[in-house]
Amino acid sequence: MENKLHLSVSPHIHRKRTTTGIMLDVIIALLPTTIAGVLIFGLRALAVIGVCVGTSVLSEVLFNLIIKKKQTVKDLSCIVTGLLLALNLPANAPLWQCAVGSVFAIIVVKCLFGGIGKNVVNPAITARVFMLVAFTSLATPAFPVDSTAGATPLVSETAPELTDLLLGKVGGAIGEVCSVALLIGGVYLLIRKVISWHIPVAFIGTVFIFSFLVKDFSLSAALVQVLSGGLLIGAIFMATDYTTSPETSLGKIVFGVGAGLITALIRFWGVYPEGVSFGILLMNILNPYICSLTARKLFGGGKKK
Amino acid sequence: MAFSIKGIKVPHRKNTAGTEVKRMVIENTVTLPMVMHIGAPAVPVIKAGDEVSIGTLVAKAGDGISSPIYSSVSGNVVGISDVVISNGRKVPAIKIDSDGKNTVDENIAAPVITDKATLINAIKDSGVVGLGGAGFPTYVKFNTDKAIDYLIVNCAECEPYITSDTYTMLERADEMAYAIDVILKYIDVKKVIIGIEKNKRTAIAKMKELASKNSKISVKVLPSVYPTGGEKVLVYRTTGRVIKEGKLPADVGCIVCNCTTLATLGNYFKTGMPLVEKCVTVDGSAIQNPQNVIVPIGIAIKDVFEFTGGFKSEVGKVIYGGPMMGISVPSMDEPVLKQTNALLALNEKDSKQGEETACIQCGTCVRNCPFGINVIELARSYEKGEYDKLEKYGLGICMECGCCAYNCPANRPLVQLHKLAKISLREWKEKEGNA
Repeated sequence: MENKLHLSVSPHIHRKRTTTGIMLDVIIALLPTTIAGVLIFGLRALAVIGVCVGTSVLSEVLFNLIIKKKQTVKDLSCIVTGLLLALNLPANAPLWQCAVGSVFAIIVVKCLFGGIGKNVVNPAITARVFMLVAFTSLATPAFPVDSTAGATPLVSETAPELTDLLLGKVGGAIGEVCSVALLIGGVYLLIRKVISWHIPVAFIGTVFIFSFLVKDFSLSAALVQVLSGGLLIGAIFMATDYTTSPETSLGKIVFGVGAGLITALIRFWGVYPEGVSFGILLMNILNPYICSLTARKLFGGGKKK
Repeated sequence: MAFSIKGIKVPHRKNTAGTEVKRMVIENTVTLPMVMHIGAPAVPVIKAGDEVSIGTLVAKAGDGISSPIYSSVSGNVVGISDVVISNGRKVPAIKIDSDGKNTVDENIAAPVITDKATLINAIKDSGVVGLGGAGFPTYVKFNTDKAIDYLIVNCAECEPYITSDTYTMLERADEMAYAIDVILKYIDVKKVIIGIEKNKRTAIAKMKELASKNSKISVKVLPSVYPTGGEKVLVYRTTGRVIKEGKLPADVGCIVCNCTTLATLGNYFKTGMPLVEKCVTVDGSAIQNPQNVIVPIGIAIKDVFEFTGGFKSEVGKVIYGGPMMGISVPSMDEPVLKQTNALLALNEKDSKQGEETACIQCGTCVRNCPFGINVIELARSYEKGEYDKLEKYGLGICMECGCCAYNCPANRPLVQLHKLAKISLREWKEKEGNA
């Protein structure tokens, strides 16, 4: 019996949470939105989701095979990326474009930088921006199957009903229209402590206050800004990506406010109707600087030089 | 600006708190390594064949910082031979065969203490070292010329499982009080603060009773957040004073002393019986009957486990001390040391470490570090070999409490990484002449 004991450095107990578990929680939190998207936009939406997730997984497996790296599919992060990208695309997106976008997200943005945890910018967001620029057809998004509306809320002349925005009876990407489903997912992630409130609240709060000021102190107009476009899915699911956002609470707030400001500026004065993706992408790039400026102080002030 | 010391919630698992404590009577051999403390090894003063009793000096303190060792059984010295201790070092150890009679050395008498110098000598002669687990010779802490405002009694016991300090507080409060009285008589201390985590209600009541007898003593109830018992954390939480990097509690006018250390000193001041036995918590997922048991120092771990009723499943790992900072031992032949406060046996399943995956920069390590160490950047700098940056990110104040590694979803062995980084930094400084 002796001499067969395990030896290791402390600690000898561990909180039972793994990267795979966290990714699984994110997928669970995205389920209401995914289901709502398929119900609203029909089976074409399911095809987009299938192609994005499938291509993402395949890209990662093949990349790891080619460079002879240990397979990392087990951590489920490529499924999260594929799912998030799909939810950010319109249901009528050409499937070959979905596949190209997914390959771009996994290979170019993630794997070439060293895989999970090493990417500088969020893969799904970056792929979405890439597709928006590369495939102009994506600028005219799909509409709910039972809808006759002609424009997405952010470019529409008439203000949409708040209940339509909550339930997703508006045009837009598969996963951005049903605000209720997104909020349910957000609450789940908060309860499971996968994310903290700082980034979503700072991000959404900034857009709300900015819109409130610009739209002549109209509460309803500001609310429409919050519930329209990709703000909720961006603020809850994409800006909170661990790798590309700050670690400290202060850093998260700076990150959220910055992303909110860029989003609002683009929405009101930019050439694109939507600015969430650009807001997150630009803040991803600034992330290392935010991290070093908002780092925690050392107890006792650290070593005196 | 006030610093917010972070920490983590760990499972308490104090199964053995307040339970009946058995005393182990043995007829086995004990092994006394000459290093059961931080500092120079003790020097044997006996030879094979000598007859010893409980409390007989078998090794005197070495030069510099060191501590003497006394026999924990009565019987005959088998000899002195090298043993490998749990950190991998080979040290000489005295083996003594017990005659089962447990005769006490007749020369034992209470020390004569008349001033600070004789008090310090008595503390040194008691063989007492930091019994909370650190094993730092206690007399060194008291032997300071700096003005001491606070004597802080560490009753936090923030590690899961361990309740041997709780036993001390419940059953040995008189000895603690006696030690405090003697110390206050010869060392000018303004206040004595007993710091204790709030999850120990009966012990808090007992300590408050102790404090009520002396206006200089007060009890400070602390949050049950790991690692409240860490020295710098405890000093900050009880006095608000910050011990800077590389400084000691005495530099901010404090002496920190674990409660069992204090009780053992009290017993020595009163009776002259040096440190020869320890109350240890025997627990863990492989243990049949979790309990506290008083054992002679030097007894083999396997004998203690046998005495407490053995295992309920196959043992995968055995730990000296708590699961957060304890040391895993290579063999159950290892002896109970002076500073051993718990012996944990984990089953095979709990002994395995999860597979390490890539860091996802979630930042829980950074947010949970009690001292604000930038664990992510530190690990990155270490792995890149940028040793000049290690101190900037806080390596020098790392106490290896394990809050970072406990929460890491990627199962990264961060404490191990910090230990290696400290060695690399030291070597790098020597090479570069940057010390």
